[in-house]
Amino acid sequence: MDAFLFFLFAAIAVACGINLVVQTHPISSALSLIGVMGALAVLYLLLGAEFMAAAQMIVYAGAIMVLFVFVIMLLNAGAETRKSRATFAKLLGVPALIGFLMTVSFLIQALLPRTEPVKFGAFTGGTAQAIGKKLFTEYLLPFEVTSVLILIAILGAVVLARKEI
Amino acid sequence: MPQTVPLSWYLILSAILFGLGVAGFIFRRNIITVFMSIELMLNAVNLSFIAFSYQLRQVDGHIFSFFVMVVAAAEAAVGLAIILTVFKNRATLAIDEVNSLKN
Amino acid sequence: MEFIIISLIKAALVAFVLLTLAAYLVWIERKVLAHIQLRIGPYRVGPHGLLQPLSDLIKLVTKEGVIPSQVNKFYYLLAPFLAVALALISISVVPFGAQIELFGYKTYLELANVNIGILVILAVSAMSVYGVALGGWASNNKYSLLGGLRSSAQMISYELPMSLALVSPLLIANTLSLREIAEMQSGFYLGFIPKWFIFNAQAPQIFAFVIFMIAAFAETNRIPFDLPEAENELVAGFHTEYSSTCFAAFFTAEYVNMVTISALATHLYLGGWNPALPEPVASVVPILLFAGAGLLLFFHGMQTLATRTWDKYTFPVFGVVAFGLAGVFSLKYLTFLPAPLLAIGGALHPVFWFAAKVGAILFLYIWVRGTLPRFRFDQLMRFTWTFLFPVAIVQLLATGLIVALGN
Repeated sequence: MDAFLFFLFAAIAVACGINLVVQTHPISSALSLIGVMGALAVLYLLLGAEFMAAAQMIVYAGAIMVLFVFVIMLLNAGAETRKSRATFAKLLGVPALIGFLMTVSFLIQALLPRTEPVKFGAFTGGTAQAIGKKLFTEYLLPFEVTSVLILIAILGAVVLARKEI
Repeated sequence: MPQTVPLSWYLILSAILFGLGVAGFIFRRNIITVFMSIELMLNAVNLSFIAFSYQLRQVDGHIFSFFVMVVAAAEAAVGLAIILTVFKNRATLAIDEVNSLKN
Repeated sequence: MEFIIISLIKAALVAFVLLTLAAYLVWIERKVLAHIQLRIGPYRVGPHGLLQPLSDLIKLVTKEGVIPSQVNKFYYLLAPFLAVALALISISVVPFGAQIELFGYKTYLELANVNIGILVILAVSAMSVYGVALGGWASNNKYSLLGGLRSSAQMISYELPMSLALVSPLLIANTLSLREIAEMQSGFYLGFIPKWFIFNAQAPQIFAFVIFMIAAFAETNRIPFDLPEAENELVAGFHTEYSSTCFAAFFTAEYVNMVTISALATHLYLGGWNPALPEPVASVVPILLFAGAGLLLFFHGMQTLATRTWDKYTFPVFGVVAFGLAGVFSLKYLTFLPAPLLAIGGALHPVFWFAAKVGAILFLYIWVRGTLPRFRFDQLMRFTWTFLFPVAIVQLLATGLIVALGN
């Protein structure tokens, strides 16, 4: 069952990822990215990260991607116009990517020969309580710094989106 | 069909998604799609963080991907504001037409 | 195997009850709105228009489904599917009664007992914006596009106060499981004030409840926040181009979302399935209520107006149904009956209280629709960002402080 779920959702993630790169219309790309995020959320659950799976759906798919879709709809962006690419990219792009990915996969397999099999339920430390406890004790300073970062981001976004610029 | 898969396969999946993100970043011309490719790369990295967290039986990896998520949210807010401004000034979303610093 | 069969039975039951409820909610809404406006409302199809939902359904399904020629067909059809599927998924983690033991099986009255139930509901409801936004975009119509834009902006904005309001009962409960939250709220202060979070002695959640309800109205696109489908500005907003089954899907999704969010509010603030009154009285309330309704129906059936000749036959039938319900709720007092019947009788009381609270909130939805005018879009945004959001933060801080000092 674990393997079946992994293959199913890994296949969905990869298919959506390819679709993101291939599609010309930004909305199609955005929806593919949402598909990747949903599939990854299921894989997080398999890895015992229940809080992160929920956060992935709420923050990433539910807030950040809505913002993307909103901007795409607001600008009414049409499909990308095709432009002839460099011959180098046209000929070597896809083979180079596949070769690179195969090398990386081989390296991972070679460097980590005996990783343990993933069983659902073997790691149950990813609860909201555990994450909250870590976040507010050990990682308190990064947490506070992130809040400042977000404040700066809000200010930046407001300044950038003003009418006068 | 095997009952379980080794953890390294999760890492390979993460690498594949990261590679796709890089490909999208390089080959696409629409600025929003380029931005979404970056998000795909961040997601791939999150997956490997959580896979390592499973291997080590520690929750720290989750915290890291939590921070990645927060930074991605901030980045999306600022980045989309920049995209809006660019579109307002130039009426285009193609990144190779936004090149006034070049000439 | 046993688990799968029980789950399938429960899923079928929940889906049937929920979809019927959604259909009859439309009837109730039309009736209540009509009576608020001194009209009669649906009356022709069946006694008191009770078969109206059925005829609406037949009408919607048999109509020709027009797909406009300029639309993006895949996304156009994906949008209503997404809307209704996500709406139905989120109800699956909501419990609606205490544990029940039937024929030796112990089972919870919910589809999935998830320990992060609230996060699941939040995640699914965060996704449900795509149904509306995508439908608006794929229709290739400027009114639909405006509706979709408005809905995505509105959903993002109102999700913040809603989440903040929802966190403060979680701070008191210290768990994310809806079942545990509901169980925590049983009992009474001084013997008669229920220990619901809205009346919590340490930190009463009354402000959180009000903020949550306001944000919930916006999340479900209901008046006064139904800007995505404002008919006098945008024709019909995001579903202008939809007809037939696709339109029915959007319609169902809206009502199912209302039920889900009312159930969530009931669990978080109004004590879930815990009765509002102390025990000896609480068990008698449903019996008296239904028996009284039955008597009233019989009484009205006897002396009907000349213009309503049908009531002579229909009211006594309804009266018998009401007496039957009263009988079902009094099952638990008839100790000579076999054990399964007693168990059912006992399990129905929590379900009654839960349904009563959800029904009260749903009535509030309809009442507000009959009362308030629609916001303007800039007012809507200003209201949430300059008023609702700061208030939500302040009340969360206050609750957090009280909980921290209390420990």
